[in-house]
Amino acid sequence: MRLLDIILFTGQTLGRHRFRSAMTLVSMAIGVAAVLTLTGLGEGARGYVLGQFSFLGTDTLIMFPGRKETTGGMPPVTGSAARNITLEDTQTMARLARGVDQIAPLVVGSAPISYESRSREAVTVGTTAAFFSIRGIKMKRGKSLPDIPMEQAKNICIIGETIKTELFGNLPAVGQWLRVSDRRCRIIGLTEGRGDAFGMDLSDAVFIPVASAQSLFDTEALFRVFFKIKANASLAQVEKQLINIMRDRHQGELDVTLVRPDAMISTFNDLLLMLTFAIVGIASISLLVAGILIMNITLISVNQRTSEIGLLKAIGAPAGQIRMLFLTEALLLALIGAVGGVIIGETLIFAGTKFFPDIPFYTPYWAILSALGVAFLTSAVFAYLPANRAAKLEPVIALTAK
Amino acid sequence: MPELNQKMIELRNICRTFYLGDQAVRALNQVNLRIEQGEYISVMGPSGSGKSTLLNAIGLLDRPDNGEYIIDGINTSVLDEEQRAHFRRDKIGFVFQSYHLIGRLNARENIALPMVLAGVPPKQREVAVEQVLAKLGLTDRAHHLPKQLSGGQRQRVAIGRAILMSPSILLADEPTGNLDSKSGAEVIEVLEQLNQQGITLLVVTHDLSLGKRAQRRIKMVDGKIAEDISR
Repeated sequence: MRLLDIILFTGQTLGRHRFRSAMTLVSMAIGVAAVLTLTGLGEGARGYVLGQFSFLGTDTLIMFPGRKETTGGMPPVTGSAARNITLEDTQTMARLARGVDQIAPLVVGSAPISYESRSREAVTVGTTAAFFSIRGIKMKRGKSLPDIPMEQAKNICIIGETIKTELFGNLPAVGQWLRVSDRRCRIIGLTEGRGDAFGMDLSDAVFIPVASAQSLFDTEALFRVFFKIKANASLAQVEKQLINIMRDRHQGELDVTLVRPDAMISTFNDLLLMLTFAIVGIASISLLVAGILIMNITLISVNQRTSEIGLLKAIGAPAGQIRMLFLTEALLLALIGAVGGVIIGETLIFAGTKFFPDIPFYTPYWAILSALGVAFLTSAVFAYLPANRAAKLEPVIALTAK
Repeated sequence: MPELNQKMIELRNICRTFYLGDQAVRALNQVNLRIEQGEYISVMGPSGSGKSTLLNAIGLLDRPDNGEYIIDGINTSVLDEEQRAHFRRDKIGFVFQSYHLIGRLNARENIALPMVLAGVPPKQREVAVEQVLAKLGLTDRAHHLPKQLSGGQRQRVAIGRAILMSPSILLADEPTGNLDSKSGAEVIEVLEQLNQQGITLLVVTHDLSLGKRAQRRIKMVDGKIAEDISR
C-alpha cells in the first residue's frame, strides 16, 4: 500500500469521527503545549537569573558578611552576620591584598527622597566610584562619584532615570539639590538604562558616597564588597589573601563569604536547569496521558471496525498492513496534535515575551524536537497493542462481527 | 504433488472442526472437491451443513484442520498468512450477503480498495475502476456513498470490488439474501455474465431457484458433499 494511500485512508477514518479525533488532538496538543510552555518558562527564568550576574565578569569577587556555618542556615544573602564587614576592613583589604585592582563597598537602604513638592521612597546605595566601573554603569548626564577617600562623606548624589523622570519630569536634574531623608545633596550625574542586578532596578536608585550612606542609615555594616582583580593576578590567590585578611581582622574567625560570579552562575545554571527538567518531567505526564487516550481511541476504533478489518483481510490486506493502518491513524493524531501543541506553546511563549519583556522566555529546539518525539513515540507504543490486536484478528471471525 | 491443471481448484480430504464449549462440531468432514476453471457452481444445503465453511476454506479465509487445498497448482497449506492474503487479493473475489462496503468511502473508492491495498498507482487503478463501473452500470453512482445506494446497487459495488483484480474465482455467499426479487435477479444476471466471460463462480445459497441456475449443484449435509450434480 502506498504511503499516500495509507494517509488518505486513515485521514478519511479520522474525518468520519470528527469529535473523537478532535478530542484526541486537543489532549495531545495540551500535553505538548504544556511541555513547551514550561520549558520556555524555565529557560526564561534561567536566562533572567543568569543575566542578573552576567554584568560581573570572571575577574570579579563579591564578599558577603556571614557564612553558612556562622549563620546556621543557607549562605547569607541579606548581609546579617555576627560580625559586620566595615569600611576599615575594606580599606585594609585594599591596602594589603595584592592583585586587587578596584574595591567597591556597598551600603544599601531605603530612604525618602524629595524634590520641591514631589517625594517618594527610593533605594539608596552608598558606594564609591569603583562600583560604577566594576558594575559597568554608564552615565547619561553629568559625572560619576568622585574618587574621594572611602571614609569621606559628601553631599552629592547620582540618580537613576526612573527617579529623574518621576521627580523632575522633563526638567534637567543634574545640578539640582535632592533631599534624601534629612540631608540635601547635589545631583552630579544621571545613570543610563535600568542596570538590573540581583532583582534590583538601579534606574530606580540614588547613589551617594559610602560614608554618607553609613551616616544616613547610622550603620557601620557593609552590605557587600565588590572586588575587581588585576588582569595578571590569580583569582584563587586573591581569594585566599582576602579570606586571610578578614580572618585576621575578625580574631581568627572566618565569618564572611566570598563568591566567584562564575561559580555562582554555574551553580544557578545547574539548579535552574534541574528545576526546568523537573517541571518538564511533570508536564510530560500529560503526554503520557495523551498516549493512553490514543490507545483507548485506537481500541475503540478496532472494536467498532472489526467487520471492516475482516473485509480488508478478505480482500488481501496482510496483518502488517492492518497494523500499519491503525498505527498510522494513531501517529497521524499524535503528529497533528503535537504540531498544534507546538503552535500553542510558541504562541504562549511569544505572549510571555510581550508581557514580560525583561524575561527571555524561549523554547529551545531540543525541547520542541523532544516533545514531538515523545508524543510520536508514546502514541506508537500505546497504539501498537490495539493495532496488533486488529492485525491478528481472524478474517472469518472479524467478518461476522456486528 | 501430482501435476495439476493450472486453472483448477482441488480439495482433498478437507476437515474443519469447531468447538462449542466441550462439544466438537465437524463443519467439514473429509470433503473432496474439484473445480475447473469457468465452472458455475451452486452450494446448497440446510443451515449448519457446512456451506459457508466450505466457501471460507476455498476463499482462504479459514484454515482447514486436515487435508490439502490446491489452487492454480499451489498447495495452500504451505502458505503463510501474508502469502494467503496476497493469494486472496490476486486470485479470489468475495461477494457477501451484507455487501461489506465501507460506509465512509464512495462507490468508486470501495471498488478501488483491493488495488489500493496492492499499491497499484492511482492512474492505473482509475482506469481499471472506470472499466468496472461501466461494466456494472454504476458510472453515474460512482461518487455515492453506500447509504445513498439501493440494495442492488450496493451489491453491484461489492461485485465490482470483487472482480477488480481479475480473480480466477468468485465466491458469493448468499449474494441475493438481502435483496428484493428484482434486485436479486439483476445481481444474478451480473454474476452469470461474469461467469460467461470465464470467471469461475461459486454461489452459496438457500434459494433453490438460484441454485438450480448453476451448471453444477452441490448439496452439503452434515459437513459432507451429499450430492454433486452437473447439468
